[in-house]
Amino acid sequence: MEKLKTTGLSKEELVQAYKDILMGRRLDERLWQLTRIGKTSFNISGQGAEVAQVAMAMAFEPEKDYFLPYYRDMTATLTWGMTPKDIIMGSFGKDADPSSHGRQMPNHYGSKEHNIVSHSSTVSTQIPLATGIAYGAILEKSDFVTLTTTGEGSSNQGEVHEAMNFAGVKNLPVIFGIENNEYAISVGTKEQYAAKKLSDRAIGYGFDGFTVDGNDFAATYLAFKKAVKKARDKKGPTLIEMMVSRLTSHSADDDHTIYRSKEELDSLKEKDPLLAFEKQLIDEGYMTKEEMLELDKDIKAQVNKATDDAEDMPDPTPESLYEQVYAE
Amino acid sequence: MVQMTYLEAINKGIEEEMTRDKKVVIFGEDVGGVKGGVFGATQGLAAKFGDERCFNTPLTEGEIAGIANGLGLIGYRAIGEFQFADYMLPAVNQILSETAKMRYRTKGDWTTPIVFRAPYGGGVRGGFYHSQSTEKVFFGQPGLRIVTPSNPYDAKGMIKAAIRSDDPVIFYEHKRLYRLLKADVPEEDYVVSIDKAQVVREGSDITVIGYGMVLQHALKAAEELAKDGIDAEVVDVRSIYPLDKETLVEAAKKTGKVLLITEDNKEGSIMSEIAAIISEEALFDLDAPIQRLAGPDVPSMGYALSLEREFLVNEEQVLEAMRELAEY
Ligand SMILES: Cc1ncc(C[n+]2csc(CCOP(=O)(O)OP(=O)(O)O)c2C)c(N)n1
Repeated sequence: MEKLKTTGLSKEELVQAYKDILMGRRLDERLWQLTRIGKTSFNISGQGAEVAQVAMAMAFEPEKDYFLPYYRDMTATLTWGMTPKDIIMGSFGKDADPSSHGRQMPNHYGSKEHNIVSHSSTVSTQIPLATGIAYGAILEKSDFVTLTTTGEGSSNQGEVHEAMNFAGVKNLPVIFGIENNEYAISVGTKEQYAAKKLSDRAIGYGFDGFTVDGNDFAATYLAFKKAVKKARDKKGPTLIEMMVSRLTSHSADDDHTIYRSKEELDSLKEKDPLLAFEKQLIDEGYMTKEEMLELDKDIKAQVNKATDDAEDMPDPTPESLYEQVYAE
Repeated sequence: MVQMTYLEAINKGIEEEMTRDKKVVIFGEDVGGVKGGVFGATQGLAAKFGDERCFNTPLTEGEIAGIANGLGLIGYRAIGEFQFADYMLPAVNQILSETAKMRYRTKGDWTTPIVFRAPYGGGVRGGFYHSQSTEKVFFGQPGLRIVTPSNPYDAKGMIKAAIRSDDPVIFYEHKRLYRLLKADVPEEDYVVSIDKAQVVREGSDITVIGYGMVLQHALKAAEELAKDGIDAEVVDVRSIYPLDKETLVEAAKKTGKVLLITEDNKEGSIMSEIAAIISEEALFDLDAPIQRLAGPDVPSMGYALSLEREFLVNEEQVLEAMRELAEY
């Protein structure tokens, strides 16, 4: 069964996907390390969602499409064009951090250069913005597509409903991604929503919704590919729910051993999409174990260099606290 | 010059800006089509500029703000109309979490140069939810500008300046003033500063500071008092946030006697801040305690005429308060 072949992606593209996924994992491990040794104060990670994020992002054209991510989307932003150094500068709060120049907490990704829009910590406020940008495609008679993501708990916010409703009414070229890792900090899905699938909500807004296994690279990529084509062809929005795992605690300030059982925690390794993707690449003949080990070495070296480079960058000056409150 | 109401001046100002710059778009509830808003402020715009640039939204204020934010991010000059200032409350999250902070949190990489129009104020038998002054909700949010014109000339010049501003502006329009005043308004292009208070009547005995409808009372009372040889200086705040401290403090120092009038509740209104600023900057130039004339501290005005009248600051009260202060 050659599942990856069905994506239509070349070997080079699939190897690149693996590089991004592995980089996402190694970079995130570094960010945890930095909090542990007290060099940074916070981390919130996408470990367990890397495969889904890369598969999602690869379906877009970052040079012209817009991305309004949420805080777990680091790996997706790498595929979209941000660099490991960009990410680490955000964690250190450096002046050159493209996400917010040290003004927001880590993991609030953004980059003007890459059409990645800054987001707040108030969950889901980016979703209405995505529909505004998508309406811009109609005004401009352009075929750019807007992607925005959030978590399953955050998808219950009223603004998500308002935005999806408008997207349906105006048939906007926008794709809503929900990364369902079945936890909103400690609160499970049963206490968040009564629907069978969150993607069924799309029916109520008048457009298509799909739930995909986010650990399945090919299925996720194909779902987004189809949705992107549909949006570019002016055929309207799509809601895609990706079922993913949360391998870590919610954030550096959380301890998931308090609310997840030992059995569940022990089973997380089996749910690791990185391992599954590696196996798939080997089984389907795209890479060998040796090549992967070689690549891992290279990626670790890149992470080390990015860390040093980012740490050497200047902090924001205290005076800059007063800058850019209003247009200058 | 041509005679125009405050409402016509706003309509004309928007029309001129939409003609000048095709990036100006306007939307809200009942704003598009033939209706042109429940007050008619956008009448004729859809016919002239098409129903993509002047459009109806669903009944969703959070989304109106979100669409504006999104369009602003990609270079549009979006004008979102809230049907009544009372109904901006569902949009507070968007406006405070996104609009007010976008420039600052990205150090200017992303900005939202948008205008939110908000008809406010009582005296229209609107009861609780069609009469409120909600500007204090947004006051003291660096990054936002809040303005309100008090006459047709300013209405046209300020809406044009607001649309051209690179900062997000909440443009409060007093509903009672919409058709009450007719005045000469130039047909040619002009703008009125949106960060300056204006001395609308020079005087040497007392200083009266207000905005919106109460200013009309103050101007009438000043003419009345002039007959008795009392010379009142009347200042239109216009720029509610940030406040033009210099003009306000100068005017307070000039006469040493200050009366602050607002249609809002007395406690926690904008006037409380103006009183604090004047005390801080000009206490030893004052010859009398700062006086405030305001609505009572009850939730809002009632629908019954008797209740509405009891709530609203009226002409007699203004005249009385000004006379008392002059005699202090
Ligand atoms: C409006 C709002 N309420 C509460 C929070 C605090 N908070 C941050 S993340 C989070 C859980 C979000 O869970 P989910 O949407 O499922 O995403 P996940 O973290 O699982 O990816 C909460 C409650 C917040 N940031 N914003």
